[in-house]
Amino acid sequence: MDKFLNSVHLDPDKCKGCINCIKRCPTGAIRVRNGKAVITKEKCIDCGECIRICQNHAKMPTYDPLSTMNDYKYKIALPAPSLYGQFNNLEDSNIVLTALKLMGFDDVYEVGAAAEIVSEMSRKYVMEHKEQWPIVSTACPSVVKLIRVRFPNLIDHLLPIQAPVELAASLARKKAIEETGLPSEDIGIFFISPCPAKVSACKNPFGIDKCDVDAVLAVKDVYPRLLSFMKVAALEPEDLSHAGRIGVGWGSSGGEAGGLLSDIYLAADGIENVIRVLEDLEDQKFTNLEFIELNACSGGCVGGVLNVENPYVAKAKLKKLRKYMPVAGSHMRHEDMALWTRKVEYEPVFKLGENMAESIRLMSRVDEIAKKFPGIDCGSCGAPSCRALAEDIVRGVASESDCIHILREYIHKITGEMSMLDKRNNGEEGEGK
Amino acid sequence: MSDTITLKYDVSTDDFTRAGEASSDVKRKLKNMNVNPEAVRKVAIAMYEGEINMVIHANGGVITVTIDPDCITMILADKGPGIPDIAKAMQAGYSTAPDNVRDLGFGAGMGLPNMKKYSDDMKIETELGVGTTVTMKVFLAA
Repeated sequence: MDKFLNSVHLDPDKCKGCINCIKRCPTGAIRVRNGKAVITKEKCIDCGECIRICQNHAKMPTYDPLSTMNDYKYKIALPAPSLYGQFNNLEDSNIVLTALKLMGFDDVYEVGAAAEIVSEMSRKYVMEHKEQWPIVSTACPSVVKLIRVRFPNLIDHLLPIQAPVELAASLARKKAIEETGLPSEDIGIFFISPCPAKVSACKNPFGIDKCDVDAVLAVKDVYPRLLSFMKVAALEPEDLSHAGRIGVGWGSSGGEAGGLLSDIYLAADGIENVIRVLEDLEDQKFTNLEFIELNACSGGCVGGVLNVENPYVAKAKLKKLRKYMPVAGSHMRHEDMALWTRKVEYEPVFKLGENMAESIRLMSRVDEIAKKFPGIDCGSCGAPSCRALAEDIVRGVASESDCIHILREYIHKITGEMSMLDKRNNGEEGEGK
Repeated sequence: MSDTITLKYDVSTDDFTRAGEASSDVKRKLKNMNVNPEAVRKVAIAMYEGEINMVIHANGGVITVTIDPDCITMILADKGPGIPDIAKAMQAGYSTAPDNVRDLGFGAGMGLPNMKKYSDDMKIETELGVGTTVTMKVFLAA
C-alpha cells in the first residue's frame, strides 16, 4: 500500500499555474512546474487549504461517488456529526437518519455514538497516563500526519485510541453480520464525511491494521439527495439516534475535549493555529494541560471542505440541536477494544541530505544560493519562497534561471553587451577603424 | 567545504513578541538536518530560555550557533548589566525579572536552571557593567 496517500487531486485543464496554492500550503508541498501545480505527496498533510484557496476549482478533494452504494447488498450509513449542522430548522436528528434510510441505506450507525465510546475510553486513558500529559487528540488525520512529519518529539503524546469513524465502522459491521448473516463483503459501510483527509485515513490507516469503512461519501453529495426525503421523514421519524450531546459535539472544535469532562484542556482549530500550538508545545512553553484537541479545519470538522454550510453557522445549529439531548446515548461495553495496535512513526520527509555532514554541506549551499535572489517570495519560479527555490536547486529539481529576476538581470546584461557591440560596429564609440 | 555551519542572530528588545524568533529559526533548520529529535528539542529549549533572558535582563545581544556533526554550540553574548551572583541565579525559582515581565507570565526563575538541564555543557562568563556570555553545548551521538 502506498505509504503516502493524499486526498487532493488536480484537474490540469482548470489549473492556471497561479501562485495561490503554493503560497497557502502550510508544509510548502506544492510547486508549479510547466504551468501546473504539483504536490509532493510525502509532504502533503491533507489539510485542504489548497482546495479552499483555488479560485479555478482545479484542486479537487478525493472521495467516492454515490454510485458506490450499488456495489453492496447491505448498505450502512455512518453520518458524521457535521451532517446534522447542514440543515435549517432541524429539531430531531432522527429525521436525518430516517431520511438516510429512505435514500437507500439499510441501516445507520452514527459516528457521534462511537465518539461517545471514544470519549469514555479517553477519559479513562487520560487519567491513567499522567506521564503523557498533555495528551494530543488523534481524530484529525491531518494533524497526525503533521506531527509525524514535523513534530516527532510529540509522537509520544498522541492519544492511542481509534478515531470515532473507525470504531463506528467496526461496530456497524459486527452488528450487520449478526443481524443479517450476510458475508462481510456484501456489507458496505459508507462514511458520510465532512473532509477528504478521512479518505486517506480509511484507505491507509495509521494506528490500526485495517479500517472497516468501504467508501467515503461527501456530505455535499448526500445533502441534496437527503433534502428531498426530509419532509417525508419528518412525518414519522424512526427512533434511530444513539448519539447525545457529547457525540454530536465532536463536530465542532472543543467538542472532543469537552467530552473529557475536564477543564484543563486547549482546543485549537485551523491549520496555522494548530502549527503554532504544536511549536509551543514542543518548546515546553506550556505544561499544565491534560489534553490538547487539534483540528486542521477552522471551526472543527464542520469546517471540512466537503460540507455545504458555513462552519460557524453549522456550529450554531449543532449547539441548538444538542441543547435538549441527553448527555450521552452510548456507553463503552467491555468488549469494545478501540486502542491502537500499531505505533505511529516519524517520517523525516523534509530532511536535506542523508546524514548530518551532508546536511551541513547542503544547507550551506542553500544559504549561498539564496543570497542571489531578491528575497521577495513572488512565487513566479513556482516555489513558495526564494529560500524554497534555493533548496529546490540544491535538491536538483530546479535551476537559478527559474527565477525571473535573475533571468531579467541576465537579459539586461546581454542587451547591454549587445548595444555596446552595436555602437562599436557603427563607429559610435570613437574607437573605430 | 567545511563540515560546519554557523548561524548568527541579532536579538533586539524592540518587540517582546519577537523574543524566541532566533531559537525558532534554529529549531526549524535543525529539524531538516538529520539531527535526532531529542537533540533538536534540547537545543530549542536551552536556546529559547537563553534568548528570553537576553531580552528580559540584558536589552538583547548576539547569538551565534555553530553546527557540526558532533556538537551544536550556542554562544549568547550580551552587553547587559552582568550577573552579580551566579550561584543564586542558578537556583530554581529565583528571579530578578521586572514586574512588567512577570505580568506577561515570565520570570518564574527557571531560565538558567532549564538551560543547564537541557544542555550537556554550560559556561557563564560575566562582568558587572560590561556584559554576559553564556556558552552551551549539546553533543550529538556519533
